[in-house]
Amino acid sequence: MFRLKKQLSEIGVLGINRRNAEYTMKYNSRDRYPLVDDKLRTKKLVAEAGIAVPELYGVMESESQVRRFPEMIEPYAEFALKPARGSGGNGILVISGSSKDMYRRVDGLLLTREEVKYHLSNVISGIYSLGGQPDKALIEYRVQFDPVFEAISYQGVPDIRVIVFLGVPVMSMVRLPTRMSGGKANLHQGAIGAGIDIGTGTSLTAVWRNTIIGEHPDTGNPVTGARIPNWEKLLKIAALCNEITGLGYIGVDLVLDKDRGPLILEMNARPGLNIQIANRAGLLPRLKLVEQYHNELVNLDDRIEFSKHNFENRR
Amino acid sequence: MNRVHLIVLTSTLMLIGSIVFSYKALVLDFPLVSQVQSDIWDVEIHLSFVPENKPVKVSMNLPRNSRRFAIVNENFVSRGYGVNVVTEDGKRKIHWSIRKVRGDQNLYYRATVRRMDRDIPQRNPEGTGPRKPDLKGAYREASEALVSEAREKSADIDGIVIELLHRLNNPRTGDNAELLLGKKASVQKKVELSVQLLALAGIHARSVHGIRLEYQRRNSEIIHWVEIYDQKQWVSYDPVTGNRGVPEDYLAWWRGMQPLVESQGAKNLVATVSVSRSEEPALQAVLETGEMKKSFLMNFSLFSLPIETQSVYRVILLLPVGVLLLVILRNVIGIRTFGTFMPVLIALAFRETQLLWGLFLFTSLIAMGLAIRLYLAHLKLLVVPRLAAILIIVIFLMAIFSILTHKLGFERGLSVALFPMVILTMTIERMSIIWEELGAYQTLKQGAWSILAAVLAYLVMTIRHLEHVLFVFPELLLILLAVTIWLGRYSGFRLLELLRFKSLTRIRSDV
Repeated sequence: MFRLKKQLSEIGVLGINRRNAEYTMKYNSRDRYPLVDDKLRTKKLVAEAGIAVPELYGVMESESQVRRFPEMIEPYAEFALKPARGSGGNGILVISGSSKDMYRRVDGLLLTREEVKYHLSNVISGIYSLGGQPDKALIEYRVQFDPVFEAISYQGVPDIRVIVFLGVPVMSMVRLPTRMSGGKANLHQGAIGAGIDIGTGTSLTAVWRNTIIGEHPDTGNPVTGARIPNWEKLLKIAALCNEITGLGYIGVDLVLDKDRGPLILEMNARPGLNIQIANRAGLLPRLKLVEQYHNELVNLDDRIEFSKHNFENRR
Repeated sequence: MNRVHLIVLTSTLMLIGSIVFSYKALVLDFPLVSQVQSDIWDVEIHLSFVPENKPVKVSMNLPRNSRRFAIVNENFVSRGYGVNVVTEDGKRKIHWSIRKVRGDQNLYYRATVRRMDRDIPQRNPEGTGPRKPDLKGAYREASEALVSEAREKSADIDGIVIELLHRLNNPRTGDNAELLLGKKASVQKKVELSVQLLALAGIHARSVHGIRLEYQRRNSEIIHWVEIYDQKQWVSYDPVTGNRGVPEDYLAWWRGMQPLVESQGAKNLVATVSVSRSEEPALQAVLETGEMKKSFLMNFSLFSLPIETQSVYRVILLLPVGVLLLVILRNVIGIRTFGTFMPVLIALAFRETQLLWGLFLFTSLIAMGLAIRLYLAHLKLLVVPRLAAILIIVIFLMAIFSILTHKLGFERGLSVALFPMVILTMTIERMSIIWEELGAYQTLKQGAWSILAAVLAYLVMTIRHLEHVLFVFPELLLILLAVTIWLGRYSGFRLLELLRFKSLTRIRSDV
């Protein structure tokens, strides 16, 4: 046990307690949390800064709005439905097609109008939100993901998580949905996490349910070596989120849209730690390096350069 | 700066806590270890009956202050009844009466009994000798023979009593004693008979009925013994051992031949006696000297509160320990539980239900509630009505449980009512959401961790010494607080995180 602890400390693995005590609590001030806890506010904030987000079709806040949902959604065949204050990808429903009374979920299951409305009213009453407070349901553009991940994801949208510390991207991974995760890009639910080399934007080996894998369990294609297009732009967008939100330690979730490029989905002020497993590296040494030098990094280009230079995979 | 602040704060708390603690323990001599020998009991008699269609009168014998015990606090619970306590002929009685009543009836008498040694004037028997019993025929002859045999074999009153009791306890076939007692005589019968025989011998004797003051007892039995007036005082004899004196914990309730309860207009009358020892440790000495010293700490202690409130604080003061345990389980070990403090509250309920029963009741309630909740998911109810529905179902299940177990004779099952219903409801709701989101495995895993945490909290919170120490030295809470604050800044790995990140070390060593 103690040996294990020592080894993990040597690698510089960041634990929950230390993340909370020394990073999130120290660098993220409480009054900024609402900006990222509410996806609607995040979306507006990010859009104002001129960064692309999935287009918002509508917001549902009351039962009467839920009743008018079918008319509201009429013009759109595809859409994604999310709780504004949801966590861990819970409560997200992605519809890939609709006929007169039915909606087709991405996994092919047909849902009746009533079922979708019930889901909406559940979202509004807050069963997916922290502390069960009343919530809002966002209805937005369904991302058409970039073909780079087509071979290595099962339904759903793969998303890219970048940990940004003091404006410097320090670690990144891509989360690939599997059959097990039900098309959701959530590691707890069985999605794959593949580390990304910050220097080049290529995927490293992947972790699925705490084991290292080389191929996607559903498609059988190699997960490693996929090169993400527009990597530098993506890094810059993520890095900007630090200024936009005023939060020092965040996880930025992005998607790569086929047509619109990188879009910001949401941000997390308490990003998870599994990214370390996906990257086979500890966060601590990187965070300490940034803490040491960040005063010298004047502008965005400096920070990206610093990040690419120091956190490149050299193995 | 922050760190210095933390160190100063926690060490100040520690320091104050330990100084007050040591002062009380070393200078004021507060006992560190609880003396289980407490001298206060709560006694309750519960009468239940079905009224017939006429006015109801119930009378019950009540205990009196004696040399050994004082009846400190009495109260009667009897809605709508006229209550009348009378002392007639040296006996205290309570009369309950009501003109018209329907349905099952429950009357309660509660008293606090305190052990003390003191002199209380005794009632001396009147006249010169006891009234001779009116016996006829063979019974008279057998009785007289028995008495004269006993008298021949003894020198004094004490001897006669012991000899008589011995003969009554070991009747031989064809013996006079057997004739008088019949086969398989109860202790009560022996007691009544010995009183008659002693009267025949010209000795003042009376039967005494009482209860045993045990640590904790529901359905206490009525015990019987004999008292003899010898050399200007009443002396007790134990009819079973046949010896002089009865155990210290026998509380005399009433004397004479009457039953405990007499009634008119009531049928199926059952009297249940329960006894429990109050947890007041033998702190009295310290407290009394403390009052003389007029110490500030003494005036400002929990002992200045009424006893009932004190007993509440005994439990409340254990909560911080349970909560600290939870902090350790969550932040140092890293287990996940449903609800932050749910396990501690469940552990509190376990204290009342006992562990195994508690576990059984809790898991079955949750399992049934969860099954119904998963079914309710199909009805697509809105959240607040759904929660309300689950609450109603939980209460309903609890009631059914109580009734079933009561019918089956497991009185422990009644204690299901002590579970915090709202907490159960929220737990069921959370479990069902996790069930739908992450599947049964995760739900059961977190459920198992929660139960484990509750059991651990229960085990810690039932340590009698801990309860005593915290109650006598509540300043220890400052030390608990300091530890909790310090744990709040613990930034090391959680134990389960080591396992979670284990694969990282493996990869590295491969490279």
